[in-house]
Amino acid sequence: MEAVTWIVLVIDATLRVSTPLILAAFAGMFAERSGVVDIGLEGKMLGAAFGAAAAAYVTGSPWIGLLAGIGTSVALAMIHAFACVTHKGNQVVSGMALNILVAGLGPVLSLAWFGQGGQTPMVSDAGRFRPLHFPFADRLADVPFLAQIYSEIVSGHNLIVYLALGMVPLAAWFIYKTRFGLRLRAVGEAPEAVDTAGISVAGMRYRAMVVCGILCGVAGTSLSIAQNALFVRDMTAGMGYLALAALIFGKWRPVPTLFACFLFAFADAVQARLQGVDIPGVGIIPVQAIQALPYLLTVLLLAGFVGKAVPPRASGVPYVKER
Amino acid sequence: MAGEENRGAAEERGPSGAPGVPALEVAGIQKWFGTVHANDDVSVAVDAGTIHGIIGENGAGKSTLMSIVYGYYQADGGEIRVGGKPVAIRGPEDAISHGIGMVHQHFMLVDTFTVLENVVLGVESGYLLRRSLAEARQELERLEREYGLDVDPDAIVGDLPVGLQQRVEILKALYRGADILILDEPTGVLTPQEVDDLFRILRALRDQGRTIVLITHKLREIMALTDRVTVMRAGRVVDHVRTAETDRAQLAAMMVGRSVLLRVEKGAAAPGEALLRVENLAVRDRAGVLRVRDVSFSVRTGEIVGIAGVAGNGQSELLEALAGTLAREGGTVEIAGAPAAPGGHAEAARAMRRAGLGHVPEDRQRMGLVTAFDASESGILGYHRERQYNPRMLMSRGAVVGAVRRTMEEFDVRPPLPQLRTASFSGGNQQKIVVGREMGREPDVLLVGQPTRGVDIGAIEFIHRQLVAMRDAGKAILLVSVELDEIMSLSDRILVMFDGAIVGEVAQAQADERILGLMMAGERVAGAEAGPA
Amino acid sequence: MSGFGGPTQAPAWVTHGLVPLINLGLALLIAGIIIAAIGENPFEALKLLVLGAVGYPEAIGYTLYYTTNFVFTGLAVAIAFHCGLFNIGGEGQAYLGGLGAGLIGLYLGHWPAPVAIVLAIAAAMAFGAFWAFIPGWLQARRGSHIVITTIMFNFLAAALMTYLLVEVFIKPGQQAAESRTFEAGAWLPFVHDVLAGFGVDIGRSSLNLSVVVAAVCLVLFWFFVWRTRWGYEIRAVGLNESAAVYGGISPARAIMLAMAVSGGLAGLVGVNEIIGVHHRLLLEFTAGYGFVGIAVALMGRNHPVGILLAALLFGILYQGGSELAFDMPNVTRDMVVVLQGLVVLFSGALEHMFRARIERLFTRRARAVAEAA
Repeated sequence: MEAVTWIVLVIDATLRVSTPLILAAFAGMFAERSGVVDIGLEGKMLGAAFGAAAAAYVTGSPWIGLLAGIGTSVALAMIHAFACVTHKGNQVVSGMALNILVAGLGPVLSLAWFGQGGQTPMVSDAGRFRPLHFPFADRLADVPFLAQIYSEIVSGHNLIVYLALGMVPLAAWFIYKTRFGLRLRAVGEAPEAVDTAGISVAGMRYRAMVVCGILCGVAGTSLSIAQNALFVRDMTAGMGYLALAALIFGKWRPVPTLFACFLFAFADAVQARLQGVDIPGVGIIPVQAIQALPYLLTVLLLAGFVGKAVPPRASGVPYVKER
Repeated sequence: MAGEENRGAAEERGPSGAPGVPALEVAGIQKWFGTVHANDDVSVAVDAGTIHGIIGENGAGKSTLMSIVYGYYQADGGEIRVGGKPVAIRGPEDAISHGIGMVHQHFMLVDTFTVLENVVLGVESGYLLRRSLAEARQELERLEREYGLDVDPDAIVGDLPVGLQQRVEILKALYRGADILILDEPTGVLTPQEVDDLFRILRALRDQGRTIVLITHKLREIMALTDRVTVMRAGRVVDHVRTAETDRAQLAAMMVGRSVLLRVEKGAAAPGEALLRVENLAVRDRAGVLRVRDVSFSVRTGEIVGIAGVAGNGQSELLEALAGTLAREGGTVEIAGAPAAPGGHAEAARAMRRAGLGHVPEDRQRMGLVTAFDASESGILGYHRERQYNPRMLMSRGAVVGAVRRTMEEFDVRPPLPQLRTASFSGGNQQKIVVGREMGREPDVLLVGQPTRGVDIGAIEFIHRQLVAMRDAGKAILLVSVELDEIMSLSDRILVMFDGAIVGEVAQAQADERILGLMMAGERVAGAEAGPA
Repeated sequence: MSGFGGPTQAPAWVTHGLVPLINLGLALLIAGIIIAAIGENPFEALKLLVLGAVGYPEAIGYTLYYTTNFVFTGLAVAIAFHCGLFNIGGEGQAYLGGLGAGLIGLYLGHWPAPVAIVLAIAAAMAFGAFWAFIPGWLQARRGSHIVITTIMFNFLAAALMTYLLVEVFIKPGQQAAESRTFEAGAWLPFVHDVLAGFGVDIGRSSLNLSVVVAAVCLVLFWFFVWRTRWGYEIRAVGLNESAAVYGGISPARAIMLAMAVSGGLAGLVGVNEIIGVHHRLLLEFTAGYGFVGIAVALMGRNHPVGILLAALLFGILYQGGSELAFDMPNVTRDMVVVLQGLVVLFSGALEHMFRARIERLFTRRARAVAEAA
């Protein structure tokens, strides 16, 4: 009984934590599959979190919040594309610049607009994405096992959680089954082949960055007005980088990336619950060891010690026609 | 959708167009890259239903011309006509819509995609791939029946041998409705068997009425395949001829040209013992293609051995393998009796230098110099660890600048200012910095690649005199050059390389442009000593 | 990644003076627009900021204290750039450097001051170097991308430090995750104390003798990069790898060396913070200094003089920014972070937008001469 509750709660937390992670990792997938390295996922999420919280607070509508979040994130993505695709700037430097810029701009604007040190005011419940309760969830809540799973895991999440999970097959479908996906995969792998096929490399990369911006926008929105009720300074707390790690760990493919996100979110959920717990035969596992696990795994993977992660061939390289 | 339309358009035009009107015509094409005049008033007419060859050495401007036709570059002047009508080709999509397809020298394929995905890329018939792929599969089956172009449509392109990858490129062009097919150096990476297959396919395409333009520097291909041929040299058209009315020797002479023969004052060689000895050398390039096969020769003190050959026949890889920067696949190299390590890394290059080998690389910009360095820094590349420059922990700027200035003066680099950035010297003076650095150390063995490429006449004469002086000082010199004049006037013995092997040796006295030209085209010539020395 | 500080033929004052100034001007302009948009007077803000940074002795002290950190991280990023590498891990390397200095402080703090201090500096450099060497090794020998690896190493450093502080070094009976204060032997003296010994009163600030270490590093950096064979090899690899191999220079070794030096420099932030100011180990003392280093190196075009000026600029911005918030509650130091982001954007990511164009204005003739032959 105790164990079931524990497991249910961990899975519940995993789902919640993984939502922005999945969205951001898939955002990175669209960017990097098109050949644009984006370490600015963090900044785009943070910008979206601020935009969504500010708009939702002012209008009281989560939907306007979502739109504002997406708008902010797409605007940042376009700056990135302008620097890296149009001006062939260094993609890492550009991503870094946007991360720093947003880290400062969010608190500056929230202070200026709302007079609260580096954060937005609390968004009312009406302005947030609240947990959705499925039929009978409340009535079954006390029934053990299956009902518990139904009420805690299947039901009771906010809309964006379901959206994120629904988006995964959709994204996979886009990438593998549509013309857009074919060209996207081609432009990150062999831009010269795309160019000689008469398709604009820059056009494809801009489009991919729009998708990346939208997904990061939803991710940031979920942080500020679904999981929380306000924007606070640095609320992404490295989640954008963790998403990047998940993307690498998933070898730039949808399903493995999804599982990498679950794995990392699970590690996070477990460490919160293992704090100070003495596991028989193991002892107390330091929380930090579990926190560090995703990063450590990614380093080992990149070094080829566990499997091999091969990025899209042209990622990180501005496209210049060869003479 | 696009694919269908293109195929439709191709049908309308008919396979051979109006009688008498060339399928493809370029007139007065001009193209500059910076200060390089890559195409100078180039005009070619390609008759419909023929295979038209364009031949010339590397850098003659033939690939640039075809890239302009395919819309990859915009010409600075001139006109392109398809079926007699002037067309504007602003990008590959325009070329495709005019029925022009291109098979690039470096394949434009997505290695991680299947054959089918590569074929439909850019001409998908709708938003969903399933239909596009199904249509393409049918079309591929048709093309397979018609031309014998069989490839497994579901194979991953990266896993296919290059011959089949090239077939995918041809299929891509045909699927896009190309009835003018341009192939840029198509046989460079193929095995002889694959070349035969390619030729069979191209003949079948021609017999079905398609027009084919073949860009190559290989005479054998021109003679075996084409109906007409255009010869280019240094950005210009030399002549147009019917293949049936010419022969290899004539084409070779036109390709190589007959520029002013440089006279180099030099006495008879007095060769001594062999300093550089190469046995059964085999080398793969960085892409893994076997470029040098079973090459054996030696260079003795007091002689210059020249390696003649059309560019791309393994000379570059030979030179790099001897210098240590490219790994040896097989065989042995000895310098002054001491065997050299297989190479392929920086340490090997350093060891070679220590063993008494100097190396003037073929490409000074890519390898010989760091153009962002000061001349003083470029002037010690490879020798920067020497004690004379590092008396203590710090490098002695004075020692470096002084030594480089002396070399610059001795080798007539203008201006002789070591503090100047390497990039701000002219090509000839950059080359003299490299030559001075490598010769100034008086190495026992000197490898010299294209010593006068992009160098003005004055510098050419200077560099040639220096090479002869070194020979007379008893050094062993191996000279690789695509300039036949240079090889003939400098070398005491000439080895001819073709397709990775040495096909013959000629003493300077017997050297004759016609004979060398034939050997460079892969002919074994009676009278010249066959096989390695 | 190569191309930072790559070849240009423009006069030095254009590349190293005019272009960074234009980039800075653009960043300031946009920051000014933002300040105006939130209803404050940007010129007033600039005035307050400058006064707050250099208007009185204590302020100058704090400005130089920040500058010290930025010199370390700016040089760290720059040496990696010279090798064509982007070391984003300055933050983690600084963190580990602090650990090195802190271990000496905790365990050898009772030793005589000069010895303990020298050991602490050496330990900070060694720890930082080690933390950067691993990504360097992974890049050189295993081909893992240095950017991703150094990002991951930032998080690993954070996890490691949190663990050590929470579980190991925490002062018994205390809530905050901090170590005990070191014995005085491992305190790097404050400048105001040193000067007080000479009868000079400059007002109390965090400025400590790390600033001397930073000055020495600036000079040594120049010698290392431009006057040693190792610097020569690092630059050769960064500018033209195939020429380097031709010249017998192993890119792998140059990469590992450059990264170790880079980490060692970043580690010195730990000296300034841990044995210079806090005198105990604590969490998050790196406060983003590692990331500022990117802006500093980009603006300073990887040259010590430029880096010194850029570090001073950011020192002024950091110190002035904190003061500014007192007078203009709406403009906090976050505004400085915005400016920092803009500087990285303009002088880094968008460098081709202006740099190429401006330099072209000044190089037409030089290029024509070079290409004529």
